Amino acid sequence: MIDMVNIYLYGKKYEVPASATILIAMEYAGYRLVRGCGCRAGFCGACATIYRIEGDRELKVGLACSTKVEDKMYIATLPFFPHIKQLYDIRTTRPADQIMMQLYPEIYSCIGCNACTKACPQELDVMQYIAYAQRGDYTKCAKASFDCIMCGICASRCPAGISHPQVAILARRLYGKYLAPNADHLDDRLKEMEDGGLEAMVEQLMNRPIEEIRELYNTRDIEDENIADSEIND
Amino acid sequence: MYTPEMLASIQKVEATRQVRMATEPDRMSAEEKDALLNAYHPDFKTECFTEIKVGPNKGDKAPTELAALLHGHSRIRHAYINLKNIDYDVDVLVIGGGGAGASAAIEAHNAGANVLIVTKLRLGDANSMMSQGGIQAADKENDSPAQHYLDAFGGGHYAAQPDLLRKLVLDGPGAIKWLSDLGVMFDKESDGRMQTTHGGGTSRMRMHAAADYSGAEIMRTLRDEVFNLRIPVVDYTAAVELILDTDGKAAGAVLMNMETNEYLVARAKTVILSTGGAGRLHYQGFPTSNHYGATADGLIMAYRVGVQLVYPDSFQYHPTGAAYPQQIFGDLVTEKVRSIGAILANVDGEAFMHPLETRDVSSAAIIRECISRGKGVSTPTGFAIWLDTPVIEMLHGEGTILRRIPAMYRMFIKYGIDMRRVPILIYPTLHYQNGGLKINVDGSTSVENLYVAGEAVGGIHGRNRLMGNSLLDIIVFGRIAGQSAADKYPSVSVGKLALTHVEDYEHALNDADVEKQTISPMLLPSYARRQEYDRRRL
Repeated sequence: MIDMVNIYLYGKKYEVPASATILIAMEYAGYRLVRGCGCRAGFCGACATIYRIEGDRELKVGLACSTKVEDKMYIATLPFFPHIKQLYDIRTTRPADQIMMQLYPEIYSCIGCNACTKACPQELDVMQYIAYAQRGDYTKCAKASFDCIMCGICASRCPAGISHPQVAILARRLYGKYLAPNADHLDDRLKEMEDGGLEAMVEQLMNRPIEEIRELYNTRDIEDENIADSEIND
Repeated sequence: MYTPEMLASIQKVEATRQVRMATEPDRMSAEEKDALLNAYHPDFKTECFTEIKVGPNKGDKAPTELAALLHGHSRIRHAYINLKNIDYDVDVLVIGGGGAGASAAIEAHNAGANVLIVTKLRLGDANSMMSQGGIQAADKENDSPAQHYLDAFGGGHYAAQPDLLRKLVLDGPGAIKWLSDLGVMFDKESDGRMQTTHGGGTSRMRMHAAADYSGAEIMRTLRDEVFNLRIPVVDYTAAVELILDTDGKAAGAVLMNMETNEYLVARAKTVILSTGGAGRLHYQGFPTSNHYGATADGLIMAYRVGVQLVYPDSFQYHPTGAAYPQQIFGDLVTEKVRSIGAILANVDGEAFMHPLETRDVSSAAIIRECISRGKGVSTPTGFAIWLDTPVIEMLHGEGTILRRIPAMYRMFIKYGIDMRRVPILIYPTLHYQNGGLKINVDGSTSVENLYVAGEAVGGIHGRNRLMGNSLLDIIVFGRIAGQSAADKYPSVSVGKLALTHVEDYEHALNDADVEKQTISPMLLPSYARRQEYDRRRL
């Protein structure tokens, strides 16, 4: 027999396998999920969940798809959270100091409680990346927030009403578009393509007899595997 | 966390590590690959396929699970749909909220169209969000679109539709530029050069990435842009049938609110289907790396209006699905883990193949190693092969795993497995639909005013897709579909709406004596209660 535990889904008791994640346990209990279920693998942020173990004061949070059930776990899902998402035009919004003050002034009301960081299922230093945003260091904010899956748990715990994931994606887009060093080889390639020579090469290849293409494929040279030990510039 | 048997096997993996690191295994010859695929690739298990009985692919084979849906009843067979009661009326209706749909919507909107996105879950709930490893594009000096074409055409067994593949490789660099301009954070050197690696079957290092959140980074940026452009998104609303007008042109869709089950009517001058793949059909009982909503809905709806399927019998089993622990069985372990150095090893620690063969060949070789050679590691769900990940940091230094594949580290450490110190267990998982709906190079189909983009399309990649070419295809063909629909809608005047094709299809099934066992499209898989699949995952 498999090990079983008792959990409480929205207060109602169910017996489920001890090895199950919260998501699998809900389905085991008979739920056919529409809300609160997405990629089922920790990438989409659909399954934010709040829980408390009986007798424990601490309120815990996690993703239902990748948090194992525990005995006497009281579970409520958070499939939607009303974020503040400001609209902006990325073509004209520059990474200037005052942009956060204009779009997300509430970040300057952060009281430093660190509840956001404690809540993050990705274990990001959320309060720190908000601090970077406050001082206009969008590069650091972008990098520190990069692994954010926008589940919104941080925002649900914030006494200052900050929508951290929305602040972070603004910083990342500003970094990606304006602050990251330019890929000159990409621009060169696009310019090179204008004269049509590279297109002609593709067409020449396409129009060869299939046996010739097969031969070319099977004998093509493969660039040396050993990738350069490159560092992302921190 | 590992069983005693697994720990004993790890000792063998550790004992052979230095030798394996010093020797690159040979790649297989074309003949060896063909023989291997024939014997071990799931696409060649003929008993798992069923003949399609009606429609443009009558006589062709599809997986039994997909054929059942193609032979299913319409959801609206007994429903009363008032086609005069129009709930939404737009120039461009985009069905599906993944990367292809979002790209299409952005381009159509920017060209001046009145666009509506409907999606059965949320915008961004899609395989696009889960793509980890990267996106290919020939933008380095030693590379060219022709070289990219050769890799993809050969890797796809010379079965790609040449005009589509030509477009894919030629638009690759432009797609990277478009994404960069939207603010996507690609991995770069300090001088701005893109960090690029190999994928299975590539001859040049052209895999661009954003750590191992490549798809998530692209998808969340596209989603943010859709919101910024104020493109309306109706979420938790599935399309359940396409609507034609009395001239037989696409003219909208019947929608269903997933929470209230209410039916709604959307009228549109042009329709873009970007509904994605089918991993949640669990062909041959395989686990899947796919999103919860990957149930082939678009294939079913478009087939009923007469769009042909290309290669409905061709699927991709990703060689490295997580095989242990059971909680993550079938979840994706990105190919990038091998791109940056991890080696495949069997129960005795032997490197039985080159780690970067194409995906179909790698999967077949792993299945052979476990099933036929008895060299797999025993797990609660079957057998598995080691992916020797500590090699990565021995090659490239401490910190490489956290920096380049943080999602993978996170996925395993949650269950007490530190992939920097110990190898991880993998087995093939159902990953991608190589086949799909037939399109022209402008995204149009045989049904006027109907466009398709993304994984729902067949023929771009032939019978096997290379890593990094699907993130590229959703951007390239998503944008093209959006632009084409925007070019087309001003000249369209929609006639009287009709659903007669749904009845006609039902009659055709009756005439062919097909036993209809289900209704379709499926919309979501049913994992409720103690089903076999769930037990295996537990």
